[in-house]
Amino acid sequence: MTALLEIRDLHVSIEDREILKGIDLTVNEGETHAIMGPNGSGKSTLAYVLAGRDTYEVTGGSILFKGEDLLAMDIDERAAKGVFLAFQYPIEIPGVATMTFLKAALNAQRKKQGLGELSTPDFMRKVRDVSARLNVTDEMLRRPLNVGFSGGEKKRNEIMQMALLDPALCVMDETDSGLDIDALRVVADGVNTLKSKERGIVVITHYQRLLNYIVPDFVHVLSAGRIVRSGGKELALELEAKGYAEFTGKAA
Amino acid sequence: MTAEVRTVRTPAEQAIVEHFETALPALPGGARVRQAREKAFAAFRKTGLPHRRVEEWKYTDLRALMKRAEAPAPRPSADQAARAAATPDLLPGVDRYRLTLVDGYFFPALSDVDALEKAGVQFASLAGLLAADNEMSAHMLTHALLASDDTALVLNTAFATDGVAIRIAPGAMLGKPIEIAHVSTGGASAARHALDVGEDANLRLIETHRGAAGAAYQANVAWGGMIGQGATVSFAKVQMDAPDAIHLGTTMLGIGEGVALNHLTLTAGAAVSRSQMFLSTGGDHTRLGLYGANMIGGRQHADTTLLIDHALPGANTRVLVKSAIDDEAQGVFQGKIVVEPDAQKTDAKMMSKALLLSETAEFDAKPELEIFADDVQCGHGATSGRIDAEQLFYLMARAVPRAEAERLLIEAFLDDAIDALGDEGLAPSLRGIVSDWLAKRGTRTP
Repeated sequence: MTALLEIRDLHVSIEDREILKGIDLTVNEGETHAIMGPNGSGKSTLAYVLAGRDTYEVTGGSILFKGEDLLAMDIDERAAKGVFLAFQYPIEIPGVATMTFLKAALNAQRKKQGLGELSTPDFMRKVRDVSARLNVTDEMLRRPLNVGFSGGEKKRNEIMQMALLDPALCVMDETDSGLDIDALRVVADGVNTLKSKERGIVVITHYQRLLNYIVPDFVHVLSAGRIVRSGGKELALELEAKGYAEFTGKAA
Repeated sequence: MTAEVRTVRTPAEQAIVEHFETALPALPGGARVRQAREKAFAAFRKTGLPHRRVEEWKYTDLRALMKRAEAPAPRPSADQAARAAATPDLLPGVDRYRLTLVDGYFFPALSDVDALEKAGVQFASLAGLLAADNEMSAHMLTHALLASDDTALVLNTAFATDGVAIRIAPGAMLGKPIEIAHVSTGGASAARHALDVGEDANLRLIETHRGAAGAAYQANVAWGGMIGQGATVSFAKVQMDAPDAIHLGTTMLGIGEGVALNHLTLTAGAAVSRSQMFLSTGGDHTRLGLYGANMIGGRQHADTTLLIDHALPGANTRVLVKSAIDDEAQGVFQGKIVVEPDAQKTDAKMMSKALLLSETAEFDAKPELEIFADDVQCGHGATSGRIDAEQLFYLMARAVPRAEAERLLIEAFLDDAIDALGDEGLAPSLRGIVSDWLAKRGTRTP
């Protein structure tokens, strides 16, 4: 069976500085992987490279998504094919109403999948189903995208987009950062609802806290651009108890 | 004719002199008006067209940009005018009174004069007022507020053929806006308008400019006006002139205390255009919002120039000019805020933002503050840059294709200025002009 995501010996640089120094990672359908590591280990770089941010240069290795060369695809093509990055810091876009954006995103994806545009009532119904579950208010949907949203509102908005676009692979970059415990629970519940045997989830986090709510099948420790250890969910607890120094050979 | 004839330097300048001498006898007005025209033209004989060494025209070198001067357009026949004006509506769905000029001549048959008068608006054509040749007539042309030395205005004074004079009674409130539609078919035109808004009146005004595609006409339009104390005015200028046209627009307004004026200039047309405003304002509770939404491409050159003189204390002024510049086009913003010694407590902020959509697009900004009072809050800023890469990435990461993501971002950028005007009835049409421009941009062959 073809893996959902297959990363082989991935090397990535930014401005001639190598950030990722040979990453291997396989994510199969239905699996939830956590990638943990100290600041500067390359976690966010990995997330951005999966989404296609062009400020990073891939200098070696390969990424296959459902057997296809992900690195050959433009950003929007990856998204349309089912790769979704939930941003650590969702971007504010003044002047573009959240609702307008959601419609553009959903219809763009449908178009690439050869489907027709959603009618406005169908679209509204789809949004309302998801927004209610994530406490995304109508008022938020009318506001410009992420502008003036609190940290929690931004993250809920991310998960709402994820639910609407129904991706095969969810990559969550530090989704817990800036969230209080209640907001964290809402976001985690949102993610857990999306867990399915067809979907892969990659949770990138510094802290074990999030993994109490989104329980991973596999945990990988990233340090200085390499995965230095992989294990089951108990590895996260071990990390929490001992700190990163134990695994990386230096203080985190 | 005059003793101070300067050696004329360019063929266009030479042609303008010849055109003036030929046109003068037939221009409306008697001896007094003729004297006013000759006095203005004497200034042109001395200076010629403005060029880059004239500070106010530094970035719009008209001497270089205006290769030749078109002859004054003759008055079109009623049929010709009706045909020229019968183009698709620029503002579909906007219910308004219309006053139509074709090639600088007012056409009552294409205008809603009766309805306007029934609504209580006093109206006269400029040609009619000039023909009376009294003190008032000459004043119509010489009233220049802060712009007396400006060459665009000087030429307008010399060549003005017609225009509209509108008086809104104190306290009047019109149910719908008035559009002054300028349609051009060719040649050079000079329209001069007068606006007198009574105290506490409420007015929505729209000035539109369009012309026959392929016609290399040269349109010069000028407004002189007063807005009475406490009046509320929304004024939109929509410049959609033909691709080969030259557009010179001058708006001079004296603004009373307690006035709320919002003005938007939307620029999408003409090869070379300059929209300049000269405003004298001030006073408690005076609120001035001056906005610009410019979208240019190809080799277009578009200049927005503002001079805002605050003479009385307590006014609040906001300037926000947005320019989207593509291809090899050049955008210019010059804004000068003056605060006179008596104008304490003035709160004035000026912002110009340009979005450069190609490697070769150019934008020049020259914001200036001249402050002679010590208790004021004034500031200005100017930015120019590419589409935000982070925003583009975010939209694309949600499956939105690059071209559409760019379109969403440019549209949001320009709509911001349109929304600032605050005219809900007009905004959908103006946003439509933006999306049409973006759609054309998207489908062109590179």
